[in-house]
Amino acid sequence: MNINMTLFGQMITFILLVAFTVKYIWPPITKAMAERQAKIAEGLAAADRGKHELELAQLRATEMLRDAKIQAAKFIEDASKRGSAMIDDAKMQARAEGARLIELAKNEIIIEQANAREALRRDIASLALLGAEKILGQHVDADAHEHLMQQLLTEVKGD
Amino acid sequence: MSQEADPTLYIQHHLLNLSYAFGKPGGFWTINLDTLFFSVMIGVVFCFLFYRVALRVTSGVPGPLQNVIESIIEFVDGQVKETFDADSSLIAPLSLSIFVWVFLMNLLDLLPVDLLPTIGKAMDLHALRVVPTADLNTTFGLSLSVFALIIYYNIRIKGGWGYLKELLVTPFGVWLIPINLIFSLIHEIVKPVSLALRLFGNMYAGELIFILIAALLPWWSQWLLAGPWAIFHILIITLQAFIFMMLTIVYLGIAHEGH
Repeated sequence: MNINMTLFGQMITFILLVAFTVKYIWPPITKAMAERQAKIAEGLAAADRGKHELELAQLRATEMLRDAKIQAAKFIEDASKRGSAMIDDAKMQARAEGARLIELAKNEIIIEQANAREALRRDIASLALLGAEKILGQHVDADAHEHLMQQLLTEVKGD
Repeated sequence: MSQEADPTLYIQHHLLNLSYAFGKPGGFWTINLDTLFFSVMIGVVFCFLFYRVALRVTSGVPGPLQNVIESIIEFVDGQVKETFDADSSLIAPLSLSIFVWVFLMNLLDLLPVDLLPTIGKAMDLHALRVVPTADLNTTFGLSLSVFALIIYYNIRIKGGWGYLKELLVTPFGVWLIPINLIFSLIHEIVKPVSLALRLFGNMYAGELIFILIAALLPWWSQWLLAGPWAIFHILIITLQAFIFMMLTIVYLGIAHEGH
């Protein structure tokens, strides 16, 4: 029950114990604990980041999908527009071609008509000449009456 | 054991240390071999357990032992950080060793009072007291070491002059220096004394009650009282270890801040 030398023994024991704890026990264990804490914090942060990234990716995906849809709709619209334009063009071309052909045919007809008229006129002239010869009983020199012939031809042409 | 001898002798014998006197028996130059042996043994157990964990410590998934020790360390560290915001690279491990060492020494109180003394008797030891913390030498050894640290930190933080000034002028100011000094000295000295006596008193009383139960009751009825008391004592030994640690932290915290 008395205070005696044991006191110093216990103090020395205590000091050694504390020294040992300070040097060999406390630092490695608390270091590991801090490391684990950091790891956990990092893991949680990474998980948060992952979630955030996933959200972003989803957002991006829906955006891309929407863009694609819009683009596809535009393509379809363009295509149909171009299609109708091509049809219109073709129609117009056909129409123009038709008109040209008609014009051509008309011209040809006119030319043919003119040719026919000319031939007819010549025939009439010669017939008239022949008639006149018969009536006059003598040969009418075409060259001598060239002037008269021409006048006649002009008159015939007039009608 | 209770029936074989006079209860008074039995009790007295149980309160006797196994000691070796260098001078006259019972004088200051006596050494309590049992106290030293058990406290050192407990210290070695403590170091062994914790060092084993410290060697294989991993920041990954901890094993069961590491888990237990980490939770103790976290608890102590939390207490230290709560009351103490300066550098705690000494205070925190100090608190840990106080808590665990005192707790383990207290734990010896839960061994049956006659177990180790009987073994000791078989080994021809004239007496054996098992619980080191029921010996004033241990509790004062602890509290005086803490007291030395209190003074050390006071001087380191406030400077020798600052500490002296604090002792002289608080609480009543410059004009009542002698009274202040008496107050301050009492104030300081009470710290180690109360630390030591509180732990000693609790453990001594606990031990004594176990001894009384063993001395006065017949063997077949001892469990009726010893059982509940042991269960209650689990609380006391933990609480006393905690209080010792906590007050150490608080005192050292006070040493770090001026009035």
